[in-house]
This record gives sequence, C-alpha cells and structure tokens, in this order.
Amino acid sequence: MSPKTLYDKIWDAHLAHEAEDGTCLLYIDRHLVHEVTSPQAFEGLRMAGRKVHAPDKTIAVPDHNVPTTEGRDDPSQMTEDSRIQVAALDKNAKDFGVHYYPVSDVRQGIVHIVGPEQGWTLPGMTVVCGDSHTATHGAFGALAHGIGTSEVEHVLATQTLIQKKSKNMKVEITGKLAPGVTAKDITLAVIGKTGTAGGTGHVIEYCGEAIQSLSMEGRMTVCNMAIEGGARAGLIAPDETTFEYVKGRPHAPKGAQWEAAMDWWKTLYTDEGAHFDKVVTIRGEDIAPVVTWGTSPEDVLPITEVVPDPSSFTGGKVEAAKRSIEYMGLTPGQKLSDIAIDTVFIGSCTNGRIEDLRAAAAIVKGKKIKEGMRAMVVPGSGLVRAQAEEEGLADIFKDAGFEWRLAGCSMCLAMNPDQLSEGERCASTSNRNFEGRQGYKGRTHLVSPGMAAAAAITGKLTDVREMM
Amino acid sequence: MEKFDKLTGIAAPMPLVNIDTDMIIPKVFLKTIKREGLGVNLFDEMRYDRQGNEIEDFVLNKPAYRDAQIIVAGDNFGCGSSREHAPWALLDFGIRCVISTSFADIFYNNCFKNGILPIVLPQEDVDKLMDDAERGANAVVTVDLEAQEITGPDGGKVTFDIDPFRKHCLLNGLDDIGLTLEKSASIEAFEEKAAQARPWV
Repeated sequence: MSPKTLYDKIWDAHLAHEAEDGTCLLYIDRHLVHEVTSPQAFEGLRMAGRKVHAPDKTIAVPDHNVPTTEGRDDPSQMTEDSRIQVAALDKNAKDFGVHYYPVSDVRQGIVHIVGPEQGWTLPGMTVVCGDSHTATHGAFGALAHGIGTSEVEHVLATQTLIQKKSKNMKVEITGKLAPGVTAKDITLAVIGKTGTAGGTGHVIEYCGEAIQSLSMEGRMTVCNMAIEGGARAGLIAPDETTFEYVKGRPHAPKGAQWEAAMDWWKTLYTDEGAHFDKVVTIRGEDIAPVVTWGTSPEDVLPITEVVPDPSSFTGGKVEAAKRSIEYMGLTPGQKLSDIAIDTVFIGSCTNGRIEDLRAAAAIVKGKKIKEGMRAMVVPGSGLVRAQAEEEGLADIFKDAGFEWRLAGCSMCLAMNPDQLSEGERCASTSNRNFEGRQGYKGRTHLVSPGMAAAAAITGKLTDVREMM
Repeated sequence: MEKFDKLTGIAAPMPLVNIDTDMIIPKVFLKTIKREGLGVNLFDEMRYDRQGNEIEDFVLNKPAYRDAQIIVAGDNFGCGSSREHAPWALLDFGIRCVISTSFADIFYNNCFKNGILPIVLPQEDVDKLMDDAERGANAVVTVDLEAQEITGPDGGKVTFDIDPFRKHCLLNGLDDIGLTLEKSASIEAFEEKAAQARPWV
C-alpha cells in the first residue's frame, strides 16, 4: 500500500460514493450550525419537505449576532433583524430536533470553541460548518472546513458533501519558539510567507517540533487561520496532547469505546514517504511577534519593522498595498511600534480560549490600560468565561480597565453592537483585517493576545517582549 | 437554480487583488433570512458613501457598467468569509460570470450552487480581458459554457477549463440535493459500515 498523508487517511475513511468522473460524496460526522448562514438552508428543507438526515450529528449555537453585554436575554438589546435571525435558529433547532445551546445556556459561545469544548470534535472526524473558520477543528486531526449555505442545506438533507479531493500541503515549523512568540505569530508568519492564496486548493498539515509543542488551544489558533492562507482546512496529527484534551469531555467516547477510538486515532498520522504537492518550512527560532499593517492577513511583519513602501511589491500587490496603507492611515517607513491604538479587542474563535486569556492577563496584571483606551475581553464561551473568573483572570482585566463581556463573536466581525467607528484603530486578536471588517472604515491590526494586552497598556503597538 | 449556457453582456474591470467577501457584501447585510434582495448592497462600502450616495469612481456606478453581467477581477477573488451572501448579492445585481486568475475555494464552490460561472484563466488571458473590459459600453463579452470559450469585443477567443460535473450541473440548472438523494443507498450502506468501524462517532 502506498504511503498516505493524514488527509488521505481521513478522506478515505469518509468516502461514501465515488462517481466515474471522480466526483465524491464525503460523509460528514459533525455539522455545526449558527444563526447567520443557516436560515436559508432550513427554509430550503421546509420548502422541499425534507428532514435533517442526522440530527444527532448536528449542533447549533447562536454566536455571530448575539450581544455580549449583561442582560442580553432581554431581546430589546438586539436589533430587529438580529433578533429575527436568532429566533429563527431557536425555532429551526427545535423543529428539526438538533442539539442546541441557546444564548441562555452557560455552554453557549463561538461555535468553534463550543464544539471542541463539549467533545463534539474528535480526531479523524469530518467536521463542517457554514463558517470559514471551521478550519479550527483541524487541530484535533479532524478534516474540518467551511461551507456555503447551499452546502449547509445539502449536509442537513444528506449528511454528505459533494467534493473533489484537495491537494496535500505540508507546513513544517521546526525547532522552538522564542519567548513571547505564540501560535498566533506562527499562523500569521506562515500567511506572510505564503500569501492569502498560497494554500488555495490544498489541505495544509502543520507539523514540526514547534507545532507538536503547542497546547490544543495553540493548535486551534494555528489551524483557525489556515483559511486566511487560502486553505479550506488545516490539520495537525493527534497525539497525547490531543487525547489528554479530549478525554472526559461530555461527548467524547467512554470506556470500551474510548479504547476502540484510541486504537484508530493512533493510526492518524502521515506515513513516511507520503507525497505532498507543496512544502513550506519555517524555523521556529526565526518567528518574531508579528502585527499586520494592511488590510489583508498576508500583510504581516515583525513588530520591530516599519510600514513597507508599496513600490517594494510586484504585480497587483503594488496597488493593493497603496490602497491598504491609505485606508489604514499609515506612512511608509513609519515604525510599527509607533502606531497609536484606540481600541483593544481580545477574543474570537482565533484567540478566545482560556490560554489566550491567561497570556493576556499575565501582561495586564497589576497595570492599567492607557487613559482613553477602549479595551474589551470577550471570552469564547460561557465556560471559558466561568473558568477565567475562577482563576482570577476576570478581576485582573476588570481592575486594569478592560470590559469583561459575555461570549460571542463580537468585534471579530462586528455583527453585534461591538464595532469600530470610522478611523478607529484596533489591536485585535481576531483573524481578519479586511476593510470594514470590524466596523465601517475601522482599522484593524491583527496580533496575539499578549501583544494586544501590551498595546492596551502602552496605547500603541508594542513588542510584548519588552513587557515580559 | 437558473441554467447557464451562453451569456453575452458587459464585462466590468475590477483589477484589485484579494477582493474579499466582506467587500462583496459587508456583514451588516448578513442579517437577512432570505437569499434575494442583496444586489443593491453589492460592494456596498466601495459603491456608496456614508450618506448612501453613489461614489462616481466605482466601476459599477459608471453608466457603461451599471448593467454589467460579467466581472473581470484581480487574483484571489472571493477570499475570506464563507458567506454565500456574496454570490447571492452578485447574482441579484445581475452578475452571472466572474473571470480571474484564481478564486478562493469556498467562494468558487458557492458560485456553482447559484448559477454563477467562475472562470480561472492564466494571467495573460485575464490581462487581455481586463483591457477589453476597460472599454466601457463596448466591453461586450460572450461566454459560451458548452464550448468553454470566451469571445472578446474584437472577436478574439479564449478557451477555459471547467470540471465536467460542475459544467453539467450549470448547463442543466441541476439541484445538487436531488442528485445526491439518488445515491441514498450508498449513503446508508456507508453509515452501516461506519457504525461498525467507528461506533463512537
């Protein structure tokens, strides 16, 4: 038998049908659903008189629209259209009998944080959601990717997806990370190197010592942004760190089933000699704490650098860089560490887990945020929030002047009231610095939680290593 | 889904690289529970000022391109969010075909589910069509899916590749779910086998 990649193995184990022309039906083990990309899909089922094929494998949670302020159970906190969308999910979850975590449930949170936390996401699974950051679940060695609403309807109706196999890409991070360098810096550095289309048509497997040394939280951060590198899915082979995280979660297998699962999970790695269509290698020691300067996640530089000159690029990127720098209100040659910040956002499916909050709190502890700064921490789930409160992190943030919010997507995409105003500049632990992403004409610099915390204290983009 | 066979229409040039789905349809318009009506907000933040007035310079506001049915775009069109609202907005505006050197995977897929044809071409062909598209009211381009051929305003022809299954579905306006349900027996057989092999799932 020819050697296989991890992606090949998961693909083969889920192939429900292959047509003569190579078009495949891939079986889906877990379908995660949120309120923004699902209403039209459920409506489609109703109109065709179809049921949800596997409600037991379907998990719904509202996250994109929900307010993150206290008293949000009061529907008057939401705009009419948001309220309708959340109410539609309430009704669809009930009518179609899928698992549901409503806003009032302490387990509610960002769908990509809730899935792993509850043990829905397991190694070797196929996981989809109408959200591009589904790539997050690849941290478990699960094949996980975002889909459109038509595909959401297709999975609801058939529990399969029509697919052509992607190519294999390996991203190896060798060696060890320097102090102050995190999973967020790894994933941004990779995108900085490969570009936002570097992974198009591929599934990325992240490997190497620096990846293996990451916690599950860090691995989720890395895989989360595979999509920003153009790859629909990122994968990390499961190991003891993975099994340790999964064991005992509410929906993880128990007893004899756990043993059986472990037997299979331990076979989920890329065989020696398996073929990759593309390989990228970065030395862990060469990665610095990074920030984005532009309006594409590929616009990444170490914090010690300066805003680039657009003429240093080639092709269409010259115009794009000019446009970005103008939009961001920056000047070529300006030191990145001189850029003053108005707002700090710590949260999102990229960096809203407990380890992220611990990293930020370690920088903030005993300090105050810069006068006039707006700073908020939005935990990724109600359970992350509860744990952070128990560990005393919430008090550290509140004492420093941060707002301590309820769980949701919040200012990562600003569909709820948490938004930037025109020209407002934000150091954000989220995943996209696109024009208008965090609010109309808002300006986003993507950073790690520690870097965001440092910016909140100093009032400008800051090298976190100076504060450690 | 509406069939796509042959389309003759105005092609609008959008040479910017990395046009993301947040640009195509900003998140404030995702709070709908319908698929229709998004065309008026297509490229909203590039197309209108804060007061809702049209920005004259924006290509789709120029008289020659107001009825464009084709966009010739810079590299990596449709990157970012998986929102199918992006192709819904394009379609609702009247765009049935987008041509670029590359597309983000999820957006590319979403187009086919909505009767929009995304065409990938080499840089030199996109450059030529971008020049054609700059001709305003004369930027009339014909896209023939059956023949896999684009004809420019001067009669110059470019051929393109497309997956045969996707071509078949577009040409016939086929509903994916209906097609898959014809394979229910395979899906059920797979489920039985998987329940044995991986009972914990």
